[in-house]
Amino acid sequence: MIGFGQKGWGPALLEGAVMTLLVSLAGLLVGAALGSLVAWAKLSGHKIAAAVGDTYAAIFRGVPELLVVYFVYFGSSALLTGAANLVGVEGFVGVPSFAAGALAVGVISGAYQAEVYRGAYLAIARGELEAARSVGMSNMLMFRRVIAPQVMRFAVPGLGNLWQVALKDSSLIAVTGLSELMRVSQVAAGSTRQPFVFYLAGGVLYLVLTTLSNRVFDAAEVRATRGLRRIGT
Amino acid sequence: MDPVFIASTFWRLLGALPLTLEVWALSIFFGGFIAMGVTWMRVSGSKPLELLARGYIFVFRGSPLLVQLFVIYYGLSSFPFIRHSFLWPFLRDAFSCAVLSLALCTGAYTSEIFRGALAAVPHGQIEAARACGMSRFALFRRVIIPIALRQALPAYSTEVISMTKATALVSLVTLWDMMSVALKIRNDTLVTYTPLLVAGAIYFVVNFIIARVFMTLEYHLSPHLRRRAG
Repeated sequence: MIGFGQKGWGPALLEGAVMTLLVSLAGLLVGAALGSLVAWAKLSGHKIAAAVGDTYAAIFRGVPELLVVYFVYFGSSALLTGAANLVGVEGFVGVPSFAAGALAVGVISGAYQAEVYRGAYLAIARGELEAARSVGMSNMLMFRRVIAPQVMRFAVPGLGNLWQVALKDSSLIAVTGLSELMRVSQVAAGSTRQPFVFYLAGGVLYLVLTTLSNRVFDAAEVRATRGLRRIGT
Repeated sequence: MDPVFIASTFWRLLGALPLTLEVWALSIFFGGFIAMGVTWMRVSGSKPLELLARGYIFVFRGSPLLVQLFVIYYGLSSFPFIRHSFLWPFLRDAFSCAVLSLALCTGAYTSEIFRGALAAVPHGQIEAARACGMSRFALFRRVIIPIALRQALPAYSTEVISMTKATALVSLVTLWDMMSVALKIRNDTLVTYTPLLVAGAIYFVVNFIIARVFMTLEYHLSPHLRRRAG
């Protein structure tokens, strides 16, 4: 039943796991874009920008993830339908559930990633920024050569945690019908009347995903910090 | 955005707030006990107990809460032997299943917070307490708990807030919490944003209050760390 034979759900579950990976990855990237924007807004010293960033982060940290998923899914479809009706297309236009799911995971992740990037920026030695200025680097060049590489380095552990959160949050997208791991487990559980087996199988696959990707992030951390002398090494 | 509709939505959602808070409070209460037990297992020094605790933490932190909830509510009830056991009245009930799975999940996260807090107690303080002849219990009550509690509070407040958000998942196991009432209003009235926005605002305010309570608690527990006036 769970195998790979004719009636097996194995391939479907694996496809679901791949979908989970893809939608979480897309969500993490959306979150990276939003998070770095918010971090920049907070670090810029610009009062209004900082307030907007703070408000965004506070809202998406204080509201249930499931509510965000529903809101983004229903909300973006309503927006799209409105836009489509304006240009003459009749009826309901749904946003692809992958896009809505990635956006939902992304806006949640972004609220947390902002703090990771802000912390990483503050961890850069001030002397390095002064040195870059004193040799006449432009802002852009300094960002590319000095700031961005080090922010990435210091952000890796925090991003690893948020990746795990994104993976687990992505299970909520099942409510929009995207056939990711949770949704496939649900369908399999329903049509075989074996909920225990399939929810457990889904859970095990999530554990595999979180464990394996944890390894990747650990390796990334080792690589990102290979030029750093650290306490205890 | 019709103010009358917003007001009626608000009152209907507020009617569902007690259930949300009940699930929240009970799972934090039981989760706290689970966490204490698991933390004790991890620091007990016994290998099998430690392994068991690690396995528990690994499973419940590594998989989504939604999966855990469905395994317990839909999965366990599919076994005839469970339906015939003394546990059935408990496991048949969506409310108790929801509390059980939320408590198991938060127990795993909280035990890591407790463990970290215990590890942060400076060893010199424990030695000093021993040197002046404190009993194990006095050592625990007078030295370890006060230091560990302060250490754990910030991370614990985050966990408690994330539990408020997690209660929204119980809407998927037939419970009428705020989330499912918001969806019901949405379905009945076909108003896209308002019910979800109002529900979001209530969740937000609840979390804001919780965060404030923890900040006050932290403030009162650390008078020695406050910067003196002037």
